[in-house]
Amino acid sequence: MAKERCIIVGASHAAAQLAPTLRQHGYEGSIAVIGDEYFLPYHRPPLSKDFLAGKKSIDDILIRPPAVYQKNNIRFVLGLTVTGIDRANKHLLLDDGEQIPYDKLVLTVGARVRRLEVPGVDKKGIFYLRTLADVQQIKAYAGKARHAVIVGGGYIGLETAASLRKLGMEVVVLEALPRVLARVTAPEVSAFYTRVHAEEGVRIVTDAQVAEFLGDGEVREVALADGRTFPADLVIIGIGIIPNTEMAAEAGLEVDNGIVVDEFARTSDPDILAAGDCTCHFNPIYGRRVRLESVQNAVDQATIAALTLCGQPRPYRALPWFWSDQYDLKLQIAGLSQGYDQVVIRGDIERGRSFAAFYLKEGKLLAVDAVNRPQEFMLGKRLIAEGVEVDPSLLRQENFALKGLLAR
Amino acid sequence: MPTVVYVKPDGTRQEVHLESGTTVMQGAVDNMVEGILGDCGGCCSCATCHVYVDEAWVDKVGKPDDVERDMLEFVINPKETSRLSCQIVVSDELDGLVVHLPESQY
Repeated sequence: MAKERCIIVGASHAAAQLAPTLRQHGYEGSIAVIGDEYFLPYHRPPLSKDFLAGKKSIDDILIRPPAVYQKNNIRFVLGLTVTGIDRANKHLLLDDGEQIPYDKLVLTVGARVRRLEVPGVDKKGIFYLRTLADVQQIKAYAGKARHAVIVGGGYIGLETAASLRKLGMEVVVLEALPRVLARVTAPEVSAFYTRVHAEEGVRIVTDAQVAEFLGDGEVREVALADGRTFPADLVIIGIGIIPNTEMAAEAGLEVDNGIVVDEFARTSDPDILAAGDCTCHFNPIYGRRVRLESVQNAVDQATIAALTLCGQPRPYRALPWFWSDQYDLKLQIAGLSQGYDQVVIRGDIERGRSFAAFYLKEGKLLAVDAVNRPQEFMLGKRLIAEGVEVDPSLLRQENFALKGLLAR
Repeated sequence: MPTVVYVKPDGTRQEVHLESGTTVMQGAVDNMVEGILGDCGGCCSCATCHVYVDEAWVDKVGKPDDVERDMLEFVINPKETSRLSCQIVVSDELDGLVVHLPESQY
């Protein structure tokens, strides 16, 4: 019998975890990773931080050095775009008309940036920030820039604002909603980030609907719908991402805000698995389907997919967690806060730079946002995962040692 | 090149040669040492690279800083010798370093 052929589409963080993990667990078939970017899998989080700031090189942010893949007989085909899946014949279709056969297919195709559709958005000096190539372009252009405007007050926008501010630029963040981080945090936490950015010299403007980019070839100004204008010689747009699900949907796989996978990372076709930002899965801790945009999910779900392919299935039930570094703020997030009915703050969120926000629903802990509070983050992870009942009033008391909440 | 020895909970030893300047976490990731994850890439955010430094090496490796110490307090089964391996930089001084892997990172 010919060796089984496993093709991984998307040279992403998930792929960098999946392929070597297959070998680690004894996978004997051939493994090839096809990516449309020209780089081996790299860490995306530093793109808006140390890589943008010039403190890290491409080699520094590669997830694994090339030798690891060579040693494990993992082939990479980079700069190639897969356009379709012929499930009946088990072939991938490429943009140059070629076909590639597979026995097992894993989609780690990630997500792409949401585009802003306004006049002038194609002017020089306006960028998105998702890929290494995006940031290379930003760095090549930004050398002489003085006035940066960031469109979007989410984590990417705020991290980018902090990085550019540290490089000495004047920075304005334009957020369409009434507060930054509105989709992911409580109003108290949004207010905290707005204050710290102001203290660092970044201006955050909310309820700001971008109407047009002005300038003669190169961007010079951003105009809002209400008529306000902001000078800009560099614009970075970070208004969210869209999962790359079209190819899966066209192939008839179940898609519902992400490629739907079960607890073993299998799609509705048993020979096709998926992992990472492109997927939607049922999370048993929260009792609902979630689509996560995170390194944690990419790594953990890819591991699950590898185990499934090696015939050693293990169900996926990890607690989601995230992080974001801005200035001297180390934010660590445990869990998902959506649906909370109570927020308890531990620490001085109004004046200090260290606090934890605990999100509860009906007395049960859902999530923790911990800024410069690694203990609260670590403890929160365990309390949520273990479903420990907590008394909200204790969480608030700084003189109460949180350790006492763990199972006795 | 300095050598680092990773010892699994079942006693299996994996010896790897690492460039000075790399971290014990990255060395594990680059050499497929199972049991060290390093999800965050080494920025001390995830605590998935927990190791126990061998008693003989504790003094040479040194103590964790405040952030690392706070995180270590709540890893699974913390000990006096616990460290996050992304914060241990390999050097000639640490040639021969032995670290023990925990049963689980979370």
